[in-house]
Amino acid sequence: MSRIKSTFTRLQTGQRKALIPFITAGFPRPELTVPLMRALVAAGADILELGVPFSDPMADGPTIQRSSEAALAQGMSLKKTLEITQEFRKTDAVTPVVLMGYANPIEAMGQETFARAAAEAGVDGVLTVDYALEEAAEFTAMLDNVGLDAIFLLAPTSKPERWAELQKLARGYVYYVSVKGVTGKRELDLAEIAARVRAIRAVLKLPVGVGFGIRDAKTAAAIAEHADAVIVGSRFIEELERSPSGEELARISALAGELRRGLDGVTKNR
Amino acid sequence: MQPYDLPDERGHFGIYGGIFVAETLISALEELKDAYLAAWRDPAFVAEFEHELKHYVGRPSPIYHARRLSEKLGGAKILLKREDLNHTGSHKVNNCIGQALLAKRMGKPRVIAETGAGQHGVAAATVAARYGFECVVYMGSEDIKRQAANVYRMKLLGATVVPVESGSKTLKDAMNEAMRDWVTNVSDTFYIIGTVAGPHPYPMLVRDFQTIIGKECVMQMTETFGRQPDAIIACVGGGSNALGIFHPYIPFEDTLLIGVEAAGEGIETGRHAAPLTANAKAGVLHGNRTYLLQDENGQIIETHSISAGLDYPGVGPEHAWLKDSGRAEYVAVTDSEALAAFHAFCRYEGIIPALESSHALAHAMKIALTMGRDKLLLVCLSGRGDKDMHTVAEQSGIKF
Repeated sequence: MSRIKSTFTRLQTGQRKALIPFITAGFPRPELTVPLMRALVAAGADILELGVPFSDPMADGPTIQRSSEAALAQGMSLKKTLEITQEFRKTDAVTPVVLMGYANPIEAMGQETFARAAAEAGVDGVLTVDYALEEAAEFTAMLDNVGLDAIFLLAPTSKPERWAELQKLARGYVYYVSVKGVTGKRELDLAEIAARVRAIRAVLKLPVGVGFGIRDAKTAAAIAEHADAVIVGSRFIEELERSPSGEELARISALAGELRRGLDGVTKNR
Repeated sequence: MQPYDLPDERGHFGIYGGIFVAETLISALEELKDAYLAAWRDPAFVAEFEHELKHYVGRPSPIYHARRLSEKLGGAKILLKREDLNHTGSHKVNNCIGQALLAKRMGKPRVIAETGAGQHGVAAATVAARYGFECVVYMGSEDIKRQAANVYRMKLLGATVVPVESGSKTLKDAMNEAMRDWVTNVSDTFYIIGTVAGPHPYPMLVRDFQTIIGKECVMQMTETFGRQPDAIIACVGGGSNALGIFHPYIPFEDTLLIGVEAAGEGIETGRHAAPLTANAKAGVLHGNRTYLLQDENGQIIETHSISAGLDYPGVGPEHAWLKDSGRAEYVAVTDSEALAAFHAFCRYEGIIPALESSHALAHAMKIALTMGRDKLLLVCLSGRGDKDMHTVAEQSGIKF
């Protein structure tokens, strides 16, 4: 069983919801990424999404764009992101790591070379923002061959016909984008999100994570009433941007802990 | 080559093109594709498009024999397809009229556009004023500095120009930002892409709207010269003027098709914008697979050209396919060669060409010398150079 699947099975048994933080590999400094990943797990993260920096992150808002630029300026790359995962795996054999990024660095490495290297490095899932369903079949077959989960986005504008189509290729969990727009700040419509997540889960038979625009424990808890996982990205990056050098781990742990308590409150209330 | 029926249903030209976007944009692209296919089959839509091109843009644009310069060079006759005479000063307006009519048909009150040199931004702002849309143009802050006059033109026309500070602060970053706007405001916004790039259906519909250039040439060449040209030359950034003139000529196998990219300071220096000529690797950017200037890690690299309109790391996917198929060939011309051609056309023909088009003119001057006087070289003069006064003056050490 894949690490992602066993993680969700374990959480469902304990009636808990998954906390999935996103951080950009190499931000704020490359040597900090592995310690940050460990700190996130210690503070209650269940799955880690690691952003692979790209020069043209079209689906991201200004916060994640800035973190990508800063990471690239320090020499971060897809290859180095795999090395980071490998380093993380030395001390953590359980927590799933999902790489989230754009197609071109994978194209440059070669899809098959990447799939093999990622599996060897201990990656569990791959979310490639611009491999739309229409273009993804060959790539997801390569991921399947090496036991990696292909994670896909679903949007408020995605038509139900696509959900079924997605079922053929999607593995692990589905990432439901809670807003129209890019990553970052936004007002969320909880009732709409709840209805969508219910409908998607019924069709896809996969856990559904919700992300984009979730900024605090209260919102995370409200979303977790309906979703299997809550994904928080820009808020972590902002915390890292604001943090004085040396305090990053403490700040990130505190934020992850707060979100964790918010999610666990949801289960307790039931 | 027989006329081909590409792209396929999902936007592919061979291995190029396609739909490489986040899921958040898929439904908007499907809505656009359906609206476009229905419109292009609707005689009323096509009639309105043609009416606007005739009465608002001033088409057909003439083909002009650059006699003095041709005779001075002593080789082939250089003929110019005068897209510089269009309203707004370039071929960009053809596509903007088409997409604006589509936006109107789809009931979208707001249009957005990206721009490099500002020609497409001006054309988009113009049609927005003409049809009463709100208009926002994204432009790299570097380009805003280089093209101050065009920025002011867009503002005069009622558009909001948003400076883009991310990445290299040029055309590619403006396109990223426009995509982000579109995904956020997709229900009331139409994204007018300026070139034959982007996700399907853009490369197809921009091409179709621009083929008016080549269709007119086919008729005009027969009427005026009694035959078709031996070669057609056009500059290629994203490649919309080139495809507009090439596409109707695909079945005319005796007509050579030559795309001219920007070699900047020279292909060997690495400071250029010529992915096809430099044999760049194929990759994925801005919604399609194509040849891309990138580093070994797949990051898009900064490009260089004296002409902001050619300063783009990719190229339309149909050009990538035409290169591989051999039906078109691609060469590159340096900044200094383009400037020399710019000055030659000013002095010998009384025509101030855009720096983009000057790349095509430079290559025409090069090969005209190697061809007999009976040969016909048709060059797409895609835009006029008024916008480039500042850049050219700076090159000559002159300050206004």
